Amino acid sequence: MTALLTIIVLVFILIAIWQMVKIFDLAQAKNENTTPGVATDKDNTLNGYLMMGFLAFIYIITIVCFVKWGDLPLMSNSASAHGPTIDNLMIISMVIIFITQTITQFLLHYFAYKYKGEKGKKALFFADNNKLEAIWTIIPVIVLAGLIIYGLSTWINIMGVDESDDPLVVELYAQQFNWKARYGGADNTLGKANVRLIDIDRANILGIDESDPNAQDDVITTELHLPVGKPVLFKMRSQDVLHSAYMPHFRAQMNCVPGMITQFGFTPTVTTADMRQTPQMQEKVQNINNIRVEKSKKLVAKGEQALDRYEFDYLLLCNKICGKSHYNMQMKIVVETQDEYDAWIAEQKEFKNSLIN
Amino acid sequence: MSAHADNHAHDDDHGHHHKETFVTKYIFSQDHKMIAKQYLITGTIMGVIGVLMSMMMRMQIAWPEEPNVLFEALLGKWAPDGVMDADIYLALVTIHGTIMVFFVLTAGLSGTFSNLLIPLQIGARDMASGFLNMVSYWLFFLSSIIMVISLFVEAGPAAAGWTIYPPLSALPMAQGGSGMGMTLWLVSMAIFIASSLLGSLNYIVTIINLRTKGMSMTRLPLTIWAFFVTAIIGVVSFPVLLSAALLLIMDRSFGTSFFLSDIFIQGEVLHYQGGSPVLFEHLFWFLGHPEVYIVILPAMGLVSEIMASNSRKPIFGYRAMIASILAIAFLSTIVWGHHMFISGMNPFLGSVFTFTTLLIAIPSAVKAFNWITTLWKGNLQMNPAMLFSIGFVSTFITGGLTGIILGDSALDINVHDTYFVVAHFHLVMGISALYGMFAGIYHWYPKMFGRMLNKNLGYIHFWITAVCAYGVFFPMHFIGMAGLPRRYYTNSNFPLFDDLANVNVIITIFALVGGLVQIIYLYNFFGSIFFGKKTVQNPWKSTTLEWTAPVEHMHGNWPGEIPHVHRWAYDYSKPGHDVDFVPQNIPLKDGEEELQH
Repeated sequence: MTALLTIIVLVFILIAIWQMVKIFDLAQAKNENTTPGVATDKDNTLNGYLMMGFLAFIYIITIVCFVKWGDLPLMSNSASAHGPTIDNLMIISMVIIFITQTITQFLLHYFAYKYKGEKGKKALFFADNNKLEAIWTIIPVIVLAGLIIYGLSTWINIMGVDESDDPLVVELYAQQFNWKARYGGADNTLGKANVRLIDIDRANILGIDESDPNAQDDVITTELHLPVGKPVLFKMRSQDVLHSAYMPHFRAQMNCVPGMITQFGFTPTVTTADMRQTPQMQEKVQNINNIRVEKSKKLVAKGEQALDRYEFDYLLLCNKICGKSHYNMQMKIVVETQDEYDAWIAEQKEFKNSLIN
Repeated sequence: MSAHADNHAHDDDHGHHHKETFVTKYIFSQDHKMIAKQYLITGTIMGVIGVLMSMMMRMQIAWPEEPNVLFEALLGKWAPDGVMDADIYLALVTIHGTIMVFFVLTAGLSGTFSNLLIPLQIGARDMASGFLNMVSYWLFFLSSIIMVISLFVEAGPAAAGWTIYPPLSALPMAQGGSGMGMTLWLVSMAIFIASSLLGSLNYIVTIINLRTKGMSMTRLPLTIWAFFVTAIIGVVSFPVLLSAALLLIMDRSFGTSFFLSDIFIQGEVLHYQGGSPVLFEHLFWFLGHPEVYIVILPAMGLVSEIMASNSRKPIFGYRAMIASILAIAFLSTIVWGHHMFISGMNPFLGSVFTFTTLLIAIPSAVKAFNWITTLWKGNLQMNPAMLFSIGFVSTFITGGLTGIILGDSALDINVHDTYFVVAHFHLVMGISALYGMFAGIYHWYPKMFGRMLNKNLGYIHFWITAVCAYGVFFPMHFIGMAGLPRRYYTNSNFPLFDDLANVNVIITIFALVGGLVQIIYLYNFFGSIFFGKKTVQNPWKSTTLEWTAPVEHMHGNWPGEIPHVHRWAYDYSKPGHDVDFVPQNIPLKDGEEELQH
């Protein structure tokens, strides 16, 4: 209903503008002795001022966005060891963008205002200047060289998996439209698997090779639990279409590709419990809950159920279009202490015991 | 220059009027000016469809739970009781992208202005092959019809995103849209590519062979340079998409395994083995990335021309502008991997593509600064075309700058496929190219239709559009940086994103206003064809050759001889002349030197 009302209001606004232009046209028709349809000095002046107004608009929208939505979760509060390096690079890039944007937009709009046309004025015949062009070729070269070097060293650090760290190996298994995690068990080695081995009747849902000795103690779960401070190496598989394992709080993402195994590694550094205690997160959760309470009031008035109270959890989201329920393909991630993790994993069923004979 | 003189051998053929029927004049026309108009009007109709789709998507994102009468009216069975279906949301995403990128900003923009301006600005009677040109348009028309028909198939139109990554696009059981809808999509695109190749070859041949006497490559207006390089990129990269589409058709219909391997879906194992979806991604983006330059380069050409003319100044750094077009074109073919940093390809490849990608910022920066310098100490005529050109530079800078984040593989990990990407490419190629197209339409409308567009409606169109474009896409960066993935039908399953819901409402309101304000433009465009004020021959006092041709269109463009060219295209406000522009066909005065450019 809101949408409909909004549209009706907009249509009326448009009609009003339309009428005003007609009036404006008629008024102008008499005293116009220049070519029809071509800007007059009056138009130049008006639009010149509007250019400055627009510059102000760009600056204002920038400030408003940073003030209102600038507590960017993707630029602070990362929960992985490599997170801060990405965040630093992001902040450096943002500062460069911010400075360049502010200066160039100023020059563009200010020139548009300053040199607005007047009858009889003659423009400067200024066709070329090698020195100037060299300056604005070399400055970007230097800035970009810095960014490339910093960026690539960060990238190589993140993507290079150091097997000597003895990482916890976890398989992320994607299918329309849910996630599973598989742990290697006591031997920390994943059993061989292929979708051709899937046997739904025996509850072998991930296609694990039942004869592989390494597979016997594997553990399949629908929640991802990670011990804090321990490197994790994710091996990713998909059984049907492309999916993408996106873990924004850990600055981690990798596609899951049917027919191949992809990988991504990181070390979680903040437990779920600790993250919930950070002031930034508490404020965010409080804010979200206020919004949910408001929404619930409306829902209850309509006779529907109120929304649950939100509590923060790390999430794994699907971030590659994968079909109808793509928007709801998620898995909870719990980062906990080693003891809590050990207790949790001990409760899970081993693969050999989960089969139906 | 004598090599170009053979052009005149054809003068006799074209000098007199052929008898034309309604069909040969308005439908199966071989005249480049008519074909340009056909491209523009078809592109406009497709554009209306594409924009309507985006408005529906925005309403769905902002008010996901609420029934909407508009959905009920436009989507029919896909919106029972006015609540949009999740499948059709993905179809809207897909078809909106396809239509806007290919049908509006490739065919509608490049098709229109390459056809209109190449013969007129280089001084040729028509395209090298009028017949191929006609075939090119009608193939485009056919592909548009098939794309529109695909919207009405039983199981829904293609819904795998405009990038149609397999296996989602290859397996009808993976989603409804991957059945008949995807087949029609692929057929439509195959025909579209054929059309685009015929057009591009024609543009290249025409520019190389049919320049009038005196029109050396370094006297060409930048529009022609842009169209020329665009056509070359098109010829190099479009066939690769065609091969990807053909292989996908083979996988879908003939059981091959180019892109598919080890798939278990809906309770059964499929026979595919040994293929890789990553191969498809490589093939797709080998076109897909140059495609964004196919879209933006013609807009850059139009903007350069319009800025010079309306600033009454030469374009600053003509040679640097050409060099940067060439540099962008070259780099555009070796950066496709930056769409695939996290696709599972070797991370070392990611490093290489980060390097080449960030290099593109250099020629882009040169262009932006040269446009700004072109304004400096000018005598700016604020015609609507000029406003859109300035708007183009503004959105190109804003959108382009965030490219240094997305092109950086380490940063891409975290913003890949979020709304940050959506905001980035909509500003830098969507809105910018659209501005370039609008600028071109406002500027060359008198050339196309012999009448002027209403400038006051043009001002309103520009200013509201400009505010809305920033209102939509600037805040969108921030929801992307908060981690919101794109292509989600609703975000209500993620309480984590509840605090972004109000931003989405604001964005949607700007999008609706921005979409609706285009009605003013459509009214102006179609109304002025019949009721606009008659134009004079050279309303903007420009130097290029198209303005030396008579207002009334004629076959062969010029009565009598084709004008000869004596100077470059940018003699605006040249010292030593009384008027502030000297057309290209005016000989140098005694003692006047042509600028050493």
